[in-house]
Amino acid sequence: MVELGIGIRQLHDALQRRELTATDLAEDSIARIREWDKDVQAFLKVTEDDARQRAKVLSGQAPQGLLEGIPFALKDNMTTRGVETTCGSKILSGYIPPYSAAVTEKLEAQGGNLVGKLNMDEFAMGSSTENSGYFPTRNPWDLTVVPGGSSGGSAAAVAAGMVAFALGSDTGGSIRQPASYCGVVGLKPTYGRVSRYGLVSYASSLDQIGPITNTVEDAAIVLQAIAGHDQRDSTSVRLEVPDFVSALSGDIRGLKIGLPKEYLDLGMDESMRAVFDTAVNQLRALGASIHEVTLPHTAYALSAYYLIAPAEASSNLARYDGVRYGFRAKDADNLLDMYNKTRSQGFGTEVKRRILIGTYALSSGYYDAYYKRAQQVRTLIRRDFEEAFEEVDLIISPTAPTTAFKLGEKTSDPLTMYLSDIYTIPVNLAGLPAISVPCGFISGLPAGLQMIGKMFDEATVLRAAHAYEKATDWTSRRPQIAKGGRA
Amino acid sequence: MSLSKKDVEYVAALARLHVSEEEKESLSHELSRILEHASELQKLDLDGVEPTSHVGVTQTVIRKDEPRESMPPELVLQNAPDAEDDQFKVPAVMEG
Repeated sequence: MVELGIGIRQLHDALQRRELTATDLAEDSIARIREWDKDVQAFLKVTEDDARQRAKVLSGQAPQGLLEGIPFALKDNMTTRGVETTCGSKILSGYIPPYSAAVTEKLEAQGGNLVGKLNMDEFAMGSSTENSGYFPTRNPWDLTVVPGGSSGGSAAAVAAGMVAFALGSDTGGSIRQPASYCGVVGLKPTYGRVSRYGLVSYASSLDQIGPITNTVEDAAIVLQAIAGHDQRDSTSVRLEVPDFVSALSGDIRGLKIGLPKEYLDLGMDESMRAVFDTAVNQLRALGASIHEVTLPHTAYALSAYYLIAPAEASSNLARYDGVRYGFRAKDADNLLDMYNKTRSQGFGTEVKRRILIGTYALSSGYYDAYYKRAQQVRTLIRRDFEEAFEEVDLIISPTAPTTAFKLGEKTSDPLTMYLSDIYTIPVNLAGLPAISVPCGFISGLPAGLQMIGKMFDEATVLRAAHAYEKATDWTSRRPQIAKGGRA
Repeated sequence: MSLSKKDVEYVAALARLHVSEEEKESLSHELSRILEHASELQKLDLDGVEPTSHVGVTQTVIRKDEPRESMPPELVLQNAPDAEDDQFKVPAVMEG
């Protein structure tokens, strides 16, 4: 079997040399899904007939673009015309979108071969994929631990070598944290870099789509393919998209890297601290200079986030009322009763919790005390980063305070679960680009290094992550599953 | 800050959600804890700080008001739980 994890460019080269065909790649992807996904449970839907059909067409020609014939999958909150899109929720079960998301269109136009839709926490609300309305996903490194979330299906599918790459979405860490837990690369682009058209909205001022890949170069290739202005998303920016791949020079001499002292105080366990310190030294050895920076409002980020995101969600999720699409409860007495029953039966516990918190924070008498205050704190957090970035080019931290936790370990206490996003959340509040790149192992489970860049400076983030990746061999480590052996 | 069962009931009605007696109990506990955590924000002096609702580039997004093709009704209605004569059908709005 082909190793789908060897890198998009390597797969492309093999296709060009005719050592492989698009059909070989599609068949390999499908075979791995068949073999392993009953254990990992990354996929909500496998579109194998479409993928085979498409591979057949693509196999007849030499590939043009880098993505041509490459099997990929999408988090199930990105619409795919004609293919069920549930957002991990029962309330959208059976929903067949009449249109494709901008990212779906772009990847397919460039010859990418969609093989399926990936599991996620319902409406992207969660940090473990245990909140999926269907089933939990398991971590390919250890089937008893979570893959992280909410893009847990995306990270697990890439780590297990079931697809060459996947897209996830990141509202408070949902690309980076699962990438860290699964030992793969996850990039959250700057807010506005990638069109959100066709992305099911959770918290619109924070949501951003990005790649989950095996290597940093793959992340650059996929970002290149999906970035750019789209008039159907008025928050996507009209800025020129730089050449991300050519930014990967391998050279970070003279790069100024900031260590936020507040992050290091935030309950990071000792083993994570040791892994992180090693990474810092490796970056120094590569010629970067390390500086302490301060982000004084970090301690308030989690609270601000857990008001802003639910407030926006409570508004965005008002549309699921059983009228136009998705699930409708039976036996309703009247319209109001139909709304109530549909939403109560269709949404899961965490989604209801966040809708209620958000509704409360926006309700009359509490708006100023909660929502407005949270938005003011957001300003302070944004300014913290702006000031730090006057001194440095990049800020680093662990992606999460720990490695992946056991299934069921944190489901009973929502607040503990929220803490796993403590290093990633401030980045969304400020809209900045950030990557998680594998940086070691703790008791057999992967740890991730987060690199945060200036607004629209994904190029520096990718360059630094790439240089670090080349100097270490963490991204080349694969779980037994991906190597074809038993986990 | 704590949320009583009555508060949960009120907010649930605003959000068009039914919550059972049992759920009210656990929700009032969980939501209180989350709000308690959020009350840390009250410690900050935020006088004169502008709220941020959008990050990044602020740009004008107007376009020409030109007619474009829209989605055909049968496609719009294909996911409807109930439809009739090119319209979504819902239960009675008012009793009687």
